[in-house]
Amino acid sequence: MGFTGLFLIAFLIVHAGLNATIFMNDDGETFNKTSHFMSHNWIMRFLELGLFIGFIIHIVQGMILTRMNRAARPVKYSKTRYISKIKWYSRYMGILGILILLYLIMHLAHFWVETKSELYFGAEEVNQYERMREVFTQPLWFVLYMVGLAALLYHLLHGFQSAFQSLGMNDKTWTPLVKKLGVAYSVIIVLLFALMPIAFMVGWL
Amino acid sequence: MVLDPKIPAGELKDKWQNYKDHCKLVSPANKRNIDIIVVGTGLAGASAAATLGELGYNVKAFCFQDSPRRAHSIAAQGGINAAKNYQNDGDSTFRLYYETLKGGDYRSREANTYRLAEVSGNIIDQATAQGVPFAREYGGTLANRSFGGTQVSRTFYARGQTGQQLLLGAYGALQRQVATGKVTMYARHEMLELVVIDGKARGIIARNLVTGKLERYFGHAVVLASGGYGNVFFLSTNAMGSNATASWKSHKKGAYFANPCYTQIHPTCIPVSGDYQSKLTLMSESLRNDGRIWVPKNKDEKRKPGDIPAEDRDYYLERRYPAFGNLVPRDVASRAAKERCDAGYGVGSSKMAVYLDFADAIHRYGKMEVHKHGIENADAATIREYGMKVVSDKYGNLFEMYEKITGENPYEVPMRIYPAVHYTMGGLWVDYELHTTVPGLFAIGECNFSDHGANRLGASALMQGLADGYFILPYTIGNYLSGDIRTPRIPTDHPAFEAAEKEVADRINKLMNVKGTKSVDHFHRELGKIMWNKCGMARNEKGLTEAITEIQQLREEFWKDVRVPGEINSMNPELDKAHRVADFMELAELMCRDALQRRESCGGHFREESQTPEGEALRIDDEFSFVSAWQYTPEGEVMNKEPLIFEVSKPSQRSYK
Amino acid sequence: MEHYTMNLTLKVWRQKNSETVGHFETFEVKDISSEMSFLEMFDVLNEQLISEGKDPIAFDHDCREGICGACSMYVDGRAHGPWEKNTVCQLHMRAYHDGDTIVVEPWRSAAFPVIKDLMVDRRAFDRIIEAGGFVSVNTGNAPDANSIPVSKVAADEAFDAAACIGCGACVAACPNGSAALFIGAKVSQLAFLPQGDAERASRVKNMVDQAAKEGFGNCGNIYNCEAECPKGISVGNIAKMKREYMRASVSSGPAGIRSES
Repeated sequence: MGFTGLFLIAFLIVHAGLNATIFMNDDGETFNKTSHFMSHNWIMRFLELGLFIGFIIHIVQGMILTRMNRAARPVKYSKTRYISKIKWYSRYMGILGILILLYLIMHLAHFWVETKSELYFGAEEVNQYERMREVFTQPLWFVLYMVGLAALLYHLLHGFQSAFQSLGMNDKTWTPLVKKLGVAYSVIIVLLFALMPIAFMVGWL
Repeated sequence: MVLDPKIPAGELKDKWQNYKDHCKLVSPANKRNIDIIVVGTGLAGASAAATLGELGYNVKAFCFQDSPRRAHSIAAQGGINAAKNYQNDGDSTFRLYYETLKGGDYRSREANTYRLAEVSGNIIDQATAQGVPFAREYGGTLANRSFGGTQVSRTFYARGQTGQQLLLGAYGALQRQVATGKVTMYARHEMLELVVIDGKARGIIARNLVTGKLERYFGHAVVLASGGYGNVFFLSTNAMGSNATASWKSHKKGAYFANPCYTQIHPTCIPVSGDYQSKLTLMSESLRNDGRIWVPKNKDEKRKPGDIPAEDRDYYLERRYPAFGNLVPRDVASRAAKERCDAGYGVGSSKMAVYLDFADAIHRYGKMEVHKHGIENADAATIREYGMKVVSDKYGNLFEMYEKITGENPYEVPMRIYPAVHYTMGGLWVDYELHTTVPGLFAIGECNFSDHGANRLGASALMQGLADGYFILPYTIGNYLSGDIRTPRIPTDHPAFEAAEKEVADRINKLMNVKGTKSVDHFHRELGKIMWNKCGMARNEKGLTEAITEIQQLREEFWKDVRVPGEINSMNPELDKAHRVADFMELAELMCRDALQRRESCGGHFREESQTPEGEALRIDDEFSFVSAWQYTPEGEVMNKEPLIFEVSKPSQRSYK
Repeated sequence: MEHYTMNLTLKVWRQKNSETVGHFETFEVKDISSEMSFLEMFDVLNEQLISEGKDPIAFDHDCREGICGACSMYVDGRAHGPWEKNTVCQLHMRAYHDGDTIVVEPWRSAAFPVIKDLMVDRRAFDRIIEAGGFVSVNTGNAPDANSIPVSKVAADEAFDAAACIGCGACVAACPNGSAALFIGAKVSQLAFLPQGDAERASRVKNMVDQAAKEGFGNCGNIYNCEAECPKGISVGNIAKMKREYMRASVSSGPAGIRSES
């Protein structure tokens, strides 16, 4: 989980960074160029394949581990209590993961399927910037995006530092730093993503 | 029967080497065909089972706990002695031997004690190689501390958990043999009978504590490493399950029981708080290095300890023993505490406790620290803060433990302590080869009558357990087994096994069918009271005689009125306890008889009739320089004597003034 | 310290043996002193049950001073009860007040089947140690103890890891039922010391593989093991174990080798 997790964490930086071009105040010109490049350049399409594999491994591994962990405790406790240091989201990574997966399916349906149909079935190229406006100004989608991002936030809050621990990196000096970095990363990335629907919804863009 | 300790010839320092040079060996091919049973997996048992497995014997190891790692050796805090002389402070094998012999009040064998000191260094080497994390100096070498008032620093330690670390080392070695198949581990099994065939120990009957089934096991030899019998007193620092059943059953099958009256009462334990109390907790003796022991000078002192000025405090150990002060040996410190409490000066709600105070140590260390840190004119609070830091580094875990149990913060109020039964020097009689009077039955560790005489020095129990298991028994048992290589494995349907199993089954049925009204614990508690009051820290003829009658009556009542609930063929902890308590009640009587016949004071055995004008223990060497070895006969216990001969170190009276 | 007495309601798991299904049973205990230990409170309850002709509650315990690791009760949703860095035998009744209800369950793990009531079978831990939790040094082979210097820092770190009492609270407290802290502690202890170096690779592989065979879950870095460990063993040891495992995977001969003796 650690390797794929870090890989996906790295991907999110790229994703958020590129999407942030919508805030360039050029009516989405840079953003649309970037998005065209990302969906048409063959190197990017090759990397996209890698990304999918990363996702799939992460999800399948997660499912296998969850199954094993459930089997490890066939009779449940009638009562469990955790001290405040133990974060609830650490214990619900699987559920958060499912939420993110559902979110991901919605997200791909909104922004990815059409780029593929354009590519392979000759459909007309979509203006992704306008597509974003279309999706994010609808209250239902807006709310679902917010929920999905909340799930992502908590998943990352645990996942970031957890990835380092899983890869054997735990050190008296560095780990507190990694933990802080993880919080900063999670908040910044999710905030950046969240600002996009918000910006369209309240009419900044 | 003539008791021959089989001490090898030669100079004291050459005896063990001579023995090893000439003892008979078993060839590797024959070892494969020999089975050895080891009962108990504490330091002695685990180290013996592992070593015998390494040598190639087939070992069957038994413990009543759920894992061999839980044996009560694990609770030893302070450390382990070894005559390494790493500190260049004048230690030597001879010095360790001499102090052990003298500390034991000249009631142990010279040759055994010397051998113990001789192999002590090897134990440290072995444990270190196993990865036992002993304390170290910054330069990477092993650290030592002085323990229990010795003048040299020869105690190796792993914080306050030395016993735990040594046991886990031995347990690792044991599990390694389990993995190779040379040792088969039977956890949650309790030995309930010894099987003797043609005069030789050939197996045991054990109860599987999970299923309740009785099981038969054959061994060419049987090694008992089942620990001491301190739980006769109900309240002791022993674990709840520690028991004497394996050694008592063996005693009744012919093994002599030596010096049963020698029990060690440890001076620094947390006092009893109420009737429900199930056990006592030891606070490491190392606390006496810095803590000062005192009681108020006034009987009706109402003030809080911190408010009592120095002139109203009686630092009785410092007063009575100016040379050793708070570091007098365990038996002396314990008796002095009892004397003060009996005289009415005790503290706490029960009035059966004395103070162990760290205020002066905190102040002393604090002043040293502020000086070190170059703080001038430090105020009291700063000094205290620095001092507390030092004390916490040294004893932090013990202070925490004390606070958990009592709810009191020992940095603020002095600890309350009182003596408690801790260790039993008596045990099955063994010769130099650790061989009991039943051929093929060996006893090691606290279970034998050991090398500690009438009093054991601090940090020597771990040393003896591991010395026996790693370095002594593996040689001596070979000497015996070399004569047994032609004996094929005896099938366990042999009539002797049948008979032994029937004996156990009958006893279980008898216990279950009393169907009385009182719990096993009730009888155990009563027994403890009798023993503590009449065969505890101070004994006299009248009390001991009364105790014997009372124990007999209690035993009778037990067999009429005990209630053992549950089923025979299932997990039944009450039945397990019932077996143990039934045996304690028989052993208790023997302890009193032994204490009665020994009309002298020595070590942990204090006869009020035998004391100096100042109230110190008075040994009578002309009459009592012997090991009492009790022989069980259907008509009763018969005492045999093994005279103690001192060729090198002539007995002298101990003095700590 | 003010002492007081209390009456309590106990909901305790009863189970005849590993084959049967268990259930909770409710008991009332009266006049419990705040000075008692939690297990002494159980002693009182058991005496009461015996006098009523009922079967007393079976639970593991031995030293009752927090070091043997035998005691194992899951009290009100927490391994070893409400106090931190504590075993249940050292939990004292001053943690409770008159009228409290306390729920007591056994460790729940597929690898620790219930033997009876609150007693579980933890031999899986012994088998993990068997797989490699030792240094293969026969008695008598050892060089002089001071011949290999070990830095004080390494010795102290090794000790911190070695303080594990093998009680199984880590497994009991882990939402995933993982034994990673137990294995990590032993792997780490021996990896800190030069004495453990020769078998470093085989040790970690064999121990981790054995844990999987026993049916323990996987570490999800939730860290409740560390929070509930009576000896405060750090999850840093789990990271060290993972590091050792990766190191073993990329170096040292054929995988899954068992150390020879």
